[in-house]
Formats: sequence, structure tokens, C-alpha cells
Amino acid sequence: MAAIERFLAGLLLAGTAVAAGAEPFPSTYEPLPSQPTLITNAIVLTGTGERLDGASVFMNGGVVEWVGEGEAPEDSVIVDAAGRWVTPGLIDVHSHLGVYPSPGVDAHSDGNELTNPVTANVWAEHSIWPQDPGFARALAGGVTSLQVLPGSANLMGGRGVTLKNVYSTSYQGMKFPGAPHGLKMACGENPKRFYGSKGRAPSTRMGNVAGYRTEWIEARKYVEDWAVYEEKQASGDEDAKPPKRDLKLDTLAGALKGEILVHMHCYRADEMLTILDMAEEFDYRVGTFHHGVEAYKIADELAEAGVCGALWADWWGFKMEAYDGIQENIALVDRPEGGCAIVHSDSSEGIQRLNQEAAKAMARGQRAGLDIPPERAITWVTANAAKSLGILERTGTLEPGKMADVVLWNGTPFSVYAKADLVFIDGARVYDREDPALQPVSDFELGQHLEVTP
Amino acid sequence: MKPFAPRRLALLAAVALVGLAPTVTALADTVLIRGATVFTMGSQGTLENADLLVTDNTINRIGSNLSAPNGALVVAAEGRPVTPGLFAGISGIGIGEVPAVSQSMDATNAMPGLYPEFDVTLAYNPNSSLVPVARVEGHTFTLLSANSGGSIIAGQGRVVALDGGYDSFHGNGVLQVSLGRGASELTGGSRAAQWLLLDQAIEETVRPPAQGEDALLTRAGRQVLQGYATGSTVVFSVNRADDILRTIRFAQARKMRAVIEGGAEAWMVAGELAAAGVPVLLDPLRNLPGNFDMIGARMDNAALLHAAGVTLSFNDGASHNARKLRQMAGNAASYGLPKEAALAALTIEPARIFGVARNFGSLEEGKRADLVLWSGDPLEVTSLPDLVIVNGKVDSLESRQTKLRDRYLVTDSEMPRAYQKP
Repeated sequence: MAAIERFLAGLLLAGTAVAAGAEPFPSTYEPLPSQPTLITNAIVLTGTGERLDGASVFMNGGVVEWVGEGEAPEDSVIVDAAGRWVTPGLIDVHSHLGVYPSPGVDAHSDGNELTNPVTANVWAEHSIWPQDPGFARALAGGVTSLQVLPGSANLMGGRGVTLKNVYSTSYQGMKFPGAPHGLKMACGENPKRFYGSKGRAPSTRMGNVAGYRTEWIEARKYVEDWAVYEEKQASGDEDAKPPKRDLKLDTLAGALKGEILVHMHCYRADEMLTILDMAEEFDYRVGTFHHGVEAYKIADELAEAGVCGALWADWWGFKMEAYDGIQENIALVDRPEGGCAIVHSDSSEGIQRLNQEAAKAMARGQRAGLDIPPERAITWVTANAAKSLGILERTGTLEPGKMADVVLWNGTPFSVYAKADLVFIDGARVYDREDPALQPVSDFELGQHLEVTP
Repeated sequence: MKPFAPRRLALLAAVALVGLAPTVTALADTVLIRGATVFTMGSQGTLENADLLVTDNTINRIGSNLSAPNGALVVAAEGRPVTPGLFAGISGIGIGEVPAVSQSMDATNAMPGLYPEFDVTLAYNPNSSLVPVARVEGHTFTLLSANSGGSIIAGQGRVVALDGGYDSFHGNGVLQVSLGRGASELTGGSRAAQWLLLDQAIEETVRPPAQGEDALLTRAGRQVLQGYATGSTVVFSVNRADDILRTIRFAQARKMRAVIEGGAEAWMVAGELAAAGVPVLLDPLRNLPGNFDMIGARMDNAALLHAAGVTLSFNDGASHNARKLRQMAGNAASYGLPKEAALAALTIEPARIFGVARNFGSLEEGKRADLVLWSGDPLEVTSLPDLVIVNGKVDSLESRQTKLRDRYLVTDSEMPRAYQKP
């Protein structure tokens, strides 16, 4: 009985494996100790598109209890936020912290399994070094959740994992409970350049597409084989034999069934449209295009398909498929009804300043004549990112019942002078700019550059 | 190795082009900016509610209640800030179009051996799309620089004005040397051997090897290096504190004008840098131990260096995204660098460091007119240039990127976008 419950819960939580029992490598994350906390007098950007002036936020038991006005117990910690701003914790949908950590030495280079163009069997979480100092820097920038992805050398690079941005000796201790896995896929130059240079497929964009399709055909068959088996089993056929379990196909089957969310690295507009057709062909959903330097050219199509664009504010030109980058990309993807624009980093520097990247994109959009107030732009680094990761019901906005992942900024976050004063994860104060005791230091950084005391 | 022959051909072709091409002459505009907050970065300091008149490619006057000459473009600044045109860092703007397209890249000499005579200005293409992309953001000059390829001595560059001219070079050549981590194959994998090679190379400039004797440098290389060993500017890319100290001592002994680029741990030897008068160009966003040469990286590096009296500028080598330098300066200010110092590090300081302050870096009467009118605080990420004047000419504020923007900003387009030609 209990075992069956665990089995079902495992399926639900992992959102994966046709054949797996309980979720492998389960999350052991536990919220850190918290106290009932009332932030008062703040300008609150809720992440739902609303701005509340002179508002309060009350966190209790790890969740947001209310936003705006309400009652709080007398023993609550009170933070007077006069003149300061409150937002949901920022979320980066595209990080390589832990898998390409600092220091960036070969021994730590664990983000691309460069041995086969299809490595859907690998999981980025198994490469994460939890002592990456980058997690602490990102926390100081207000990042409370992040997805760590494999790199983009492969057509199907493996599973990404969503983490809570807390230090732990294991990645399991950081793993966002119940968050679905991602499947990292890649278009364009990277796979064809890397494998083409080795004299093997793919060496062209048509080779890329043939590569994905071949895999999807196999994965469809795998899904059907399992369905047949389960049907036989349900009808009491005791001789029914399960198909041989395959790690790669487990992942691809999860993506076909919508249990694993597809994150597609793709720069060019025409290639993104090709991918959307392919998704139609094999009946799966592309959740988010990452980098999408040309996403502005197909903003309407993306909105119509309900696909998010995880984009940079201004990077461009480093390769041909990035040559048409413009600074209005994010604002233009945000423009149509249903548009889902996300500011992502793909960088240990960028993740520390997602708010500044959003500010730049907002300013460019405004100059182009688009009406983008801060309460809208904040969704690019909060709610839309949570949607992309399949965790919007849990975090990404300040609404009653959601995880109390909250940032108190020293002023407007849309400024080069903005700093996170306090960061809360599940209601726990995990960063305080004024209190060194609440500024985590990774094992790697501890004890470096010790001074000799006389 | 394969790429050398075509590379050498490209170099020869570039030499021929420079010799033959006509010089672009910018038409001068007459512009009066009224009521601005003018950060002159020069002797006049910061002026509130000031007027600034541009005529004949130069700053004619900065004062109050200036009258507009006939036909002048008059701009009411209403208190908005005006700054000198900004430095675009040490970059490859115009000497490389797309980094992943090797045939479009000319900043690196991968020939094994020491070639201080390698000169990237011979590859400069002012028609590169990167030039207007930087210019519309207010960046009007950059130091073209060779990247380290086959050796620790990368080669020479020079300051170029981003005004579209084929020959818009200013100041003297600047030699680029990369030290520390990633010691090139040529130094056997140890940074200790870098000094051995540099010492021997300098020695060859003093006592040329006899015929048949092993030599590091060509004859041209000896001549070029001799120039740098007698007071010219050498940029040393180096991050670790002890490497920085050794660089200071080496440059002092060899009478080189050293400039430190990188300097992640420069704050640890700030006193020595200040005493030696060695400036630092740093990336103020570098706060992670990205490798073992920058374990001491921290956000207030710029503030600490400034407080110790070190001359500062910024660099991150991002030619395409040179516009990020302004965000970097803002972050340095946010972490304790006084705002005026952050602005100086984008303007007058790099102009002084590279010997082009006569033309760049400050707003002074009689000086070349490169300036920017900003929508707000020039260090703020949400501020944008409202007006850019380059060599006295009002810039169109157009780039390939703004053209693409305007093509796709239109929502109703019956014909393909290819017919939209903004």
C-alpha cells in the first residue's frame, strides 16, 4: 500500500520514467528555519503584473500568507521597507552553475557530454558541483531558483534540473521538490560544428533535423511498447514482458508525454519554426526556446504556439546565428497577446544581474514606443521563468499559498544601483546584505588568501 | 599549420587597401545644446544649466546664454547630461566581424614565434557593422588590440576613432603582452618562462644576435620592440597579484610605460600600482574566482584601486557588446567608486592612458567634438543616448540593429519583411 503510494508519488514528482519506480535521486531539500516575517511600506511588484504602493507582504510557515494589507501575529519579525521594493525571487531558466563552475578548470568542465550527438540519457544534476561559488553570487543578485542545463553541443543534450538556490553538500539538497525535469535540445551551429568537425553526423542543419526525427521515431515506439505492456498487464496477462528499459528513451518518452519540459537552444527564426513543425509531427510541446536571438522575427508565432522565449538583453554577433541580434528582442517577444518573454543568463556573471538585464530590455522597449512598466518587466525574470520551468503554481509570484521566495531591494530593481538587501527562500532569510553571517561562502572559497598574522 | 598562408595574404591585401583608399571626410554640423548638465571631464569640471556650441568639427564654446549661429541645430537639453564620447575598451571593433567565422577575424596572429611588429591597424575595416553598433551607444573611440595567438607578445594596436574614417588612427602604437595563466606553448607551460623570453627578446634589441645564432625576433621585430623598451605604452594582460608586481618591476627596469589589463587581484597591490603610476583597465563585474589567477576577484576592486590613487579604466574585450562598459562603470559606482571617477574611467582616463587626450576624453573649447547627450544619469542602465556627435557631426543613431528593429517593429506587413527598408 505505502509502496504503491510512493510509486505513484514518484511518478508524479519525477514526472518521468515509464518504467522507474520511486523517483531516483530524490530531492532532500528542506526549507531552512524561518520566522513569521512582515515586510511593510514597500513598493511591491507581485509578478502577476500588479504594482502595489505602500504595501505589506506577510510570510509565515514558508509561504506567502498575504500581500497588500492584513493581520500578522505580534511575534512576527517586522521589516520596514519604506522607499524599498519587493519582488518575487528571481528565477534563471538557463544556468550552468555547478556544471561549468568557478574556477573554470578542465576538471570541472562537466556540462557537455561530447561523445554523441544524442545524450538524452545524461542528467545535468549528476555533474553539479554544489561548492560552486557562483551560487552565492547569484543569491546576492536575488536569484532564488534556477535551472541547470547541459550544454548545447548535442542535439539532445540530456536532462536539466531545477534547484532552489541554497547551499548543500549534495545537489539533492538543492533540488526543487516536485519540479519537472527539462530536456535540453539544440539547434543550429553548435551540434553541426562540433560533430561535423569530427567527420560525423550532424554536419549540417538538415543533418540536425534528421537526427532529432530519428530519435523521436524511436521514442514514440518506446512509448507505444510500454502502453501495450501496461494494457496487457492491466488485463491480467501474467506473461506480459516489459520492454527493456532505456535511459535515453525514458527521457525522450517523458518529453513526448509532456512530463519533461523541452528547452530548445535555437537562435534563428526559421529554425525555430522548423522545430515547431517537428513538434507537431511527433505531437510534443516545445516549452521554451533559449537564446532565440531572432525570436523577435516570429513573436506572433511564438505567442500563438504558447512557447516562451528565454533571451538576452544585448548579446549578439559572436556567431552567424547571433548576427541579427537586437536590443528590443525581449520587448518584442513580450508584445503580442500571450507572449512569454524571459530574461535568462547562461552566464555566472549575468545571473547576478538579471534585474539589470531586464532593465536594459525594458528601456529599449520603451524607447521603441512599447508601454512596459516595471510591474510587467518583472514577469520576465519571475512568473514567466516559473512558467517555463513548470513551477508557476509554487513560486514566481507573490500570491497567498505560494513559496515565500522573496527579494527586498534597496530601491527599484530596474537600476544599475539596485541591490538585494534581503533574500528569502521558503520564508527563510538566506541572504542579508548588511549581515556577513547571512552571506554564504562555498567550501572552495573558505580559507583562500589567508593573511599571515604577526 | 594550414591557416598561415591565407592569413599572410590577407595582411598584404590590407596594406594595399590602406594605401589606396580615399579618406572619409565628415561633414561638420553646427549644433547648440542649451541648458545641459555638462560633465566636461576637463578644466571646467561639471557645469549645471550650461550651453555647448559645436562648429567646424570642434567644441567652439561651453558657457551660458550662448547665441545660436545661423542654421545651427538647437537642442534643448532641459538639464539632461552631456558627456564626452565614451571609450569602447580595448577591442577588436573593425578587425573582426563574427568570432565563430574565422575568415572574418583578423585580431590574432597565430604564427608561432614572437612578432611584436604584427600590427592590427592594417586589418581595420571602418565599414564593419560593429562600428555603428558601438557609436550609437555613445562610444566614439577604442584601442584596437591584437589578441594573443601564437605567443605572449600579441602585437600592436592603436586608438581609432569610430567615425567611419579609413585612417582615423590616433596616438602611438600600443603593444599587447599576455602573461600569467595560459602561458603559451612557447613558454613551455610555465609563467616563470615568460620572463625569460621577454628578457631575451629585450636583450636582442640591445645586442642583435649574430648571423646563424638563435634569435627570437625578426629584424623588424627588434626595431619595434626597441621602441616599446624606450618609453612607449605596453598593455600587460595579467590578473594575479604577484604577476602584477613582477610586471611593474619588469616595466620599470625596461623603461616601458606599463598598463595592466585584467587586474582581477590588482586591489591587493594597489599601493605598488599607485606608487609606480601604472594604470589598470579592469572588468568591474569580475567577482568570481574564474580561475586560479583571480581567486581574489571582488566587486569593489575599482573602488579600492581608486582610493589608493591608481588610474582606472574599464575593459572586458567584448567588441560586439562594447556598450556593456557603461553598465560596468555603473556597477563599479554602485560598489563604491565615486560616480565622477567611474565617468572619468570611461572618458578622460583611457584617453590619457593611451596618449590621445588632445582629441578625446573631455569637452574643452577647441577640442574635437565627440559628445553624447543622455536621457538620464549616464551610468544608469535605463539611460540611453538622445544625441551623439562624432567629430562634429550629428550621428544618425542608426545601425544594422536599429534597421532590423524598425523592420520588425511594424505589425502589419502584407509583403514579406524584405520589402520593409527602414
